[in-house]
Amino acid sequence: MTRKIYVPADSCAIALGADKVAASLELQLGPEFNVIRNGSRGLFWLEPLIEVESEQGRIAYGPVLPDNIDEAFVNAVKSAGKHPLCLGLTEEIPELKCQQRLSFARLGITDPLNIDDYIAHGGFEGLHTALTLSAQEIVDEVQTSGLRGRGGAAFPTGIKWQTVLTTEASQKHIVCNADEGDSGTFADRLMMEGDPFCLIEGMIIAGLAVGADKGFIYLRSEYPRAATQLQQAIDIAEANHFLGNNIAGSDKCFRLELRIGAEAYICGEETSLLRSLEGKRGMVSAKPPIPAISGLMGQPTIVNNVITLASVPFILAKGAEHYQSFGLGRSRGTLAFQLAGNIKRGGLYEFAFGMSLRELVFDIAGGCRHGDAHAIQIGGPLGAYLPESLWDTELDYEAFATIEAGIGHGGIVLFNQDVNLAQQARFAMEFCAAESCGKCTPCRIGSTRGTEVMDRIIARQSTDQNLELLDDLCDTMELGSLCAMGGMTVIPVRSAKQHFPEDFHSGAQSRD
Amino acid sequence: MSDDQLKHALAELAMAHRDQLGGLMPLLHAVQKQYGYIPEICAATVAPVFRLSTAEVDGVISFYHQFKSRPQGKHRVQICRAEACQANGCRSLEQFSKDHLQLDYGESSDDGLISLDSVYCLGLCSHGPAVRVDDELYVQVDNEKMTRIIRELTS
Ligand SMILES: Cc1cc2nc3c(=O)[nH]c(=O)nc-3n(C[C@H](O)[C@H](O)[C@H](O)COP(=O)(O)O)c2cc1C
Ligand code: SF4
Ligand code: FES
Repeated sequence: MTRKIYVPADSCAIALGADKVAASLELQLGPEFNVIRNGSRGLFWLEPLIEVESEQGRIAYGPVLPDNIDEAFVNAVKSAGKHPLCLGLTEEIPELKCQQRLSFARLGITDPLNIDDYIAHGGFEGLHTALTLSAQEIVDEVQTSGLRGRGGAAFPTGIKWQTVLTTEASQKHIVCNADEGDSGTFADRLMMEGDPFCLIEGMIIAGLAVGADKGFIYLRSEYPRAATQLQQAIDIAEANHFLGNNIAGSDKCFRLELRIGAEAYICGEETSLLRSLEGKRGMVSAKPPIPAISGLMGQPTIVNNVITLASVPFILAKGAEHYQSFGLGRSRGTLAFQLAGNIKRGGLYEFAFGMSLRELVFDIAGGCRHGDAHAIQIGGPLGAYLPESLWDTELDYEAFATIEAGIGHGGIVLFNQDVNLAQQARFAMEFCAAESCGKCTPCRIGSTRGTEVMDRIIARQSTDQNLELLDDLCDTMELGSLCAMGGMTVIPVRSAKQHFPEDFHSGAQSRD
Repeated sequence: MSDDQLKHALAELAMAHRDQLGGLMPLLHAVQKQYGYIPEICAATVAPVFRLSTAEVDGVISFYHQFKSRPQGKHRVQICRAEACQANGCRSLEQFSKDHLQLDYGESSDDGLISLDSVYCLGLCSHGPAVRVDDELYVQVDNEKMTRIIRELTS
């Protein structure tokens, strides 16, 4: 019998040398070993993380760089034995063991493009349940689960689906928002590269729930590997009759198409995304009408984030009650937190809502890799910069709203003492100017003015007047912007200024 | 290739996407892949196929950072300049790379080998600074690693 060795084929692992490691192991291990290219476990500081099957379970080694592969290493792997890089049983790695992997239950365990492996690990159980339910019953399950959109706005998914179900139309669509533009986030990427069938299953279930037989995945072009993985997964699902006509032997059909963006952050905003899918400029449109009533080509459309859709198979398979037993208050289930920036143990951490930011960033992820932690930005480029005094905030949607911050898509970026928060505020304005769709003046022009004002503040020119100007500008952008691009750019700016005043005022020493 | 041949080829590509929902975006990707940029006559040539005006097609091309209306270098080097990479020192990598290549963002080298661009996040945010060269990804790129990457492209 051949033994399995796992070498992740994830973008981050590959960038760290996983392809070379796989090739070299294949060469040196001989025919009694079968090298499987799995997804990443999401423990990026240990990548490339190699695993070998043993009687006790999978034994991990990492980080295994191409240079580490010598005779001693090969021998150790062959016997699943001791080596300085051995981490013991993968499942016992503390940072993995403490997680609640619901949506990411298969991540790194399976071969992402092996549909039998997917099925052997619970894949399509949710779909089979859904096929026994009426459309309304599926929507009810999603409602009961308490699932809220994971793309940033945290809108209740069940309510959105109910609207699409209730709206009469000859054609409806399911659109997956895979634009994942926020800095510090990679959960969508991990799902698409590491468990693409899970997203596909979620989209099929969404189709059954609202009576839509056509779906699109709108993927950012910055993720070349996710594109090839998804396209292959779609082809394989079609060949196995999970897409197309008579899915899983039923009388239902669902077709899925992958579309690629073209480097525009604003196309993550749902109306901009829909225009882009229609082949137009990605201009934001005013709501109402909401996409659930008038979306793609004016037809009722579910637009959901990758993780929202990929959470649905678990909910259908294990039951809404089980999913909603995780979390607290109005934040139910789990969130895939992404630890990024200057962080010791960066990667994907799926947890129920409710842990404190400090516990996650410091107790679990180890704090800064270099230097001392100084600021945390959470929720992407439109998210707040938080000082130490706010790090005890509980990670749930409502608690973050009370400190004028948001969890967004779950990206958490740690900065050390070298960061200058005035520079970060300037960048927020500059980013808005570069990525604004241009429809509203406060966003388009305000952000350019904001960049100039920040330049003067950083140069310590008439600080008081310029700070006042900055406040006015923020108010105008907040009130006069159609969407959150202009409206929420003020959040990183204001939080930086409020919580890190020393970087904005004359008298203080400029640190940059 | 003569202008007529180019027009013909573009029209043929456009026909392949004509009946696709929102086919203009996939078409523009196909054109850029084929020619490395979107030739000037593309808009006027494909507009009638999609029942659009030339100005409308030009509007779409200019909206997206990825679509280029000038010829690009053989290799595209993109440096991530988003926040998580800033936390790992991408600002100095950006400056070093611009100086080293003697290019600013959006520019291409005279020998037609390299185009330099920025990118906002490659999803490698725990291991920044991150760099993309065509479809290859690099992490924890310091000045030395960048020098090596560029040397490999130029040798
Ligand atoms: C400027 C801007 C950028 C956005 N980018 C994304 C994105 O990259 N991915 C995403 O899922 N949602 C993004 N959103 C949120 C979407 O508009 C929308 O709320 C989401 O796709 C709905 O799906 P959900 O309910 O499953 O979260 C963005 C919103 C704004 C205003
Ligand atoms: S706020 Fe900015 S991005 Fe949003 S619609 Fe207005 S101009 Fe476009
Ligand atoms: S911020 Fe640079 S890769 Fe995400």
